[in-house]
Amino acid sequence: MIVSRREALLGRALLIILMVVTVLPFVSLFVTALHPSGTYPSGLSWPATPHWGNFAAAFKAAGMAQLMWSSTLIVLGVVPVSLLISTLAGFSLGQLRPPGGRAIFIIFVLGLTLPFQGIVIPLYYQMRDLGLLNTRWAIILPLIGLYMPFAVMWMRAHFVTMPGELSEAARIDGAGTWQLFWRIHVPLSSPALSSLAILLFLWTWNQFFLAVVLVDDATKRTMAGALGAFQGQWGTDIPLLCAGSLLILTPTLVVFLVFQRRFVAALLQGSVKG
Amino acid sequence: MNQRLTTAQAMDGREGTTHEVAPDSRRRARRARRLRQGTVALALVAPAALAYLVFVLRPIVLTFQYSLYKWNGVGASTWAGLSNYAALVKNPDLSGSIVHAFELILFFSIIPVALGLFTANTIRGFAASKIALVSRTVLFVPQIIPLVAAGIMWSWLLSSNGVVNQILRLVGLGGITRAWLGDFSTALPAVGVIGAWVLFGLCMLLLLAGMSKIDPALYEAARIDGAGSWREFFAITLPSVRQELGVCLTVTVINALASFDIIYISTQGGPGNTTLVPGLEIFYLAFSQRQVGMASALAVALMVLVLAVVLPLQRITRDSDS
Repeated sequence: MIVSRREALLGRALLIILMVVTVLPFVSLFVTALHPSGTYPSGLSWPATPHWGNFAAAFKAAGMAQLMWSSTLIVLGVVPVSLLISTLAGFSLGQLRPPGGRAIFIIFVLGLTLPFQGIVIPLYYQMRDLGLLNTRWAIILPLIGLYMPFAVMWMRAHFVTMPGELSEAARIDGAGTWQLFWRIHVPLSSPALSSLAILLFLWTWNQFFLAVVLVDDATKRTMAGALGAFQGQWGTDIPLLCAGSLLILTPTLVVFLVFQRRFVAALLQGSVKG
Repeated sequence: MNQRLTTAQAMDGREGTTHEVAPDSRRRARRARRLRQGTVALALVAPAALAYLVFVLRPIVLTFQYSLYKWNGVGASTWAGLSNYAALVKNPDLSGSIVHAFELILFFSIIPVALGLFTANTIRGFAASKIALVSRTVLFVPQIIPLVAAGIMWSWLLSSNGVVNQILRLVGLGGITRAWLGDFSTALPAVGVIGAWVLFGLCMLLLLAGMSKIDPALYEAARIDGAGSWREFFAITLPSVRQELGVCLTVTVINALASFDIIYISTQGGPGNTTLVPGLEIFYLAFSQRQVGMASALAVALMVLVLAVVLPLQRITRDSDS
């Protein structure tokens, strides 16, 4: 392609500026976290002596180990079940096409744009009546339901593209629906499944709203939800707050950098399908 | 695979012969099999449908029901008819929150999408170069961190002692420095900037992905015909990424109208009510002020508004495909 030198130069400069703007908040957070606890440093200044101990202090103050465990439990409660039931539904709607499947699918799709705030009030009373308020179940159960529109649509979109001959051939070889699903279709779906797993993991780990409303005890929340409580408690101690925020966003950052290619692909695809 | 297909053909042949012998019983058998398969298929949808029904559809109906009552969440509720909805229009706090949500669209949607289009169009020529690949990772980071973390970072950046003001002083604009999130006139735009920072990378990369699918021959032909970069952009690039554009707008508009995390962390709706948005107001009304009916009416309004804005967007993108 013909690109003039001037355009290429302009493009590079633009990219660098945008990257600096993206990274700057993290840098500011980091250098502030190194200032003595309890001080009020200015935005970007290297401290006289970096206080690395702030991270340890924030780790303790936020109960990081406990939080990681809590978030992990919530992710384990949400993601596998969501994957399983949305794959079953997507397989059925995309491959088996039962009578009424089209209508069922449309009802699922209508839930795609639903803001969580729209239904949180009944969810709160529902959880209270079930005696689940303030437990991790209050986050896990609603999230499974709330993910269904996206997850079912995602898996259906995958199964629709699988050739019908594949199922027919397997059936003629004597495979029942169950075998057809587990032996033929699930193994062939691993790219779609792993992308969906990444998205669901990220959305669960970062879930803030439901955690704040339905669970008071910060140690039973997701990472993001706990950050809210941490800010409430330590909001006046800026260096400690910055250290804590950095610690809390480190796990997602690490996971992202490890799986970055899959992540970017999943999120881009996810929004196109969404 | 091949073998399976041959088996399938062979089976077809055999079935053909049975068909001639006993058409009636075969049809009945086929109908029975289809019915059984249909039942199995519906059974497979059932778990997902149940979760959706119990935790999404039922709450939607209940929200609507609550919105017709006056209820403090504990005692008895009294029928209120549509008075809660009337309050949405009359009460300046409530109607203001809806106006703010629409103002946020400028920052959450228009700015990231416009800037994303411009950037993607500028760099599409070297989208495969090293710097572009690095930027793919870097620009994506705001998208994967919790919104709450973005809120905390930016509260610090925008504070009176923060980096934003440091930079302004550096370039000689010391006169306009202020606590951006605490000032009545700048709090909402400041919150909007946080949203723009979060959503820009996603928009830019989506649009870039769309542009990389355009056939380069189109641009070469246009250049030969003497088209300038403006013409090129409006005649080739923009029409080719309409689908991606629609997606960006949909995602960002939902983010704007249903914003909560960033505002809860950075301003909590203040100063005054200048950054109060429906998501936050629902939370306050239902869980601190115990006006469950009113909160539900606002929740219904929010759900309807999101649909009303997002559905037309879908039609625009779909029409352009045909």
